[in-house]
Amino acid sequence: MSAEDTPKDYSESPISLEYQYTAGSATTRFLNQVREGKLVGQSCPKCKAVYVPPRGSCPRCGVATDIEVPLTDKGCIESFTVVHIPIPGNPIVPPYVCAMIRLDGTNISFLHLIQEVDIEEIRIGMRIQAVWKPKEEWAHSLENIKWFAPIDEPDIDVRTLRFQEL
Amino acid sequence: MKKVAVVGYAQHPILQNAGALNEVELIMPVVHQLFADLGIYQDDIDFTCSGSCDYLQGAAFAFVEGLSAIQTNPPIKESHVEMDAAWAMYESMLKIQMGDADTALIYGFGKSSPGDLDSIISLQMDPYYISPLWPDRVSLAALQARVLLDQNIITRDQMLAAVIEARVNSKNNKNALITDLIDESEYLDNTMISSPLNKLDCPPISDGSSAMIIASEDKAYEFTDHPIWIEGIDHRIESSNLGSRNLSRSNTLQVSMGQLDLNNIKFDVAELHTQFSHELPFLKSLLNLADVPTNLSGGPLVGNVMMCAGLDAIGKTFESLKENQFKHGLAHATSGPCLQHNMLVHLEKQK
Repeated sequence: MSAEDTPKDYSESPISLEYQYTAGSATTRFLNQVREGKLVGQSCPKCKAVYVPPRGSCPRCGVATDIEVPLTDKGCIESFTVVHIPIPGNPIVPPYVCAMIRLDGTNISFLHLIQEVDIEEIRIGMRIQAVWKPKEEWAHSLENIKWFAPIDEPDIDVRTLRFQEL
Repeated sequence: MKKVAVVGYAQHPILQNAGALNEVELIMPVVHQLFADLGIYQDDIDFTCSGSCDYLQGAAFAFVEGLSAIQTNPPIKESHVEMDAAWAMYESMLKIQMGDADTALIYGFGKSSPGDLDSIISLQMDPYYISPLWPDRVSLAALQARVLLDQNIITRDQMLAAVIEARVNSKNNKNALITDLIDESEYLDNTMISSPLNKLDCPPISDGSSAMIIASEDKAYEFTDHPIWIEGIDHRIESSNLGSRNLSRSNTLQVSMGQLDLNNIKFDVAELHTQFSHELPFLKSLLNLADVPTNLSGGPLVGNVMMCAGLDAIGKTFESLKENQFKHGLAHATSGPCLQHNMLVHLEKQK
């Protein structure tokens, strides 16, 4: 039986699509500031919630977040997880910590790394600050921040960060 | 059946490339416009349903982000169809029939410019036998066009007329993407994409969004003095196996026509979701619309926002009835290769 005659019990049909991704005009404004090493959130004109990174609308109110709010690069750990499983292609060696970062003065958290601290010491409410890459390496990306590291400030009770209805 | 009416419709200007605007930024102004036109708020809406295609954005559950365009607090009842928003309208209609809602907001959005639409639409088809072959939408449409031409069901002249008329009618549509007129020689000189379809027989790649509000009889007059009633609505699907279909006819559309009793209605206007030029004469003859002004908005040939164009056919019929001395309108929405899945909507203006 030649190779061509061998019955196949499966076939592969790989799928690949290419896209020109656009971040949206609001996120573009945010990324242009990140390029300069600045974190600028956007605030909802109705409920005043501050979003970072902004996606252009307040998902609670359904209106454009067109008020720019300059932010510090300090905040606290709202939640975190210790990653033990290596992810193919990811240069970070486990175990490491991914955390939901809540920047001061904002109403939403985003995911980033926590480093420069023993994993056992990491806790919810811990105060942290961004550690930036050298300026020469800055791009239109939150990867301009290498990771967040603890700072010597008292912990925050994250329950106080819950959004208060106006 | 409970009486349900279309009470409002809004459409984003159709763009060739919305550029940096993301989907949420396309939807928001349209929904706000519609609410402002009717003087209402999200609180007045019982049920919200959207239509879109995640493959257009290239992200799983991308439609969820679309919800950021509308007010979701306090929590809302909402749903989504991975289809043209005409089917979101159908789901909303059912929701009202079931007594779960009296008012519904429907929105559709599509940004075709970031990806390769031919490949994307290929992935919307039967995943076992058709998608792995990656047939593009134009070639599939051409298959049907060829059958219709060979069997003398339509003529090349009718296709030419469909293209020319679409451009002429685009003047009625402030949101049309393509508005320049063309003549016969331009048409004949155009590059063939997939014989017998040339570039002008095909719809333009389009970005945009649309929104509509429907309401039960009790609520409709709270929103507008001139509701347009949905007198009939029916949708049916042909086999997903292209090889087992007779592309020169549509049995399912015949059944829908019977359900809606179309042969006994004198239509004043029709808007058909005919993306390719040959589909217009084909459907006009199938639906007995020979003398009925059709696609006065220009139809999909002057702007074809994926996942919206079907809802737009309903919306444009609604607008035509509202603005003219018309009584009966027929709208048609489609999806799938070669007019596989079709919806007919009979709209009526009552005194």
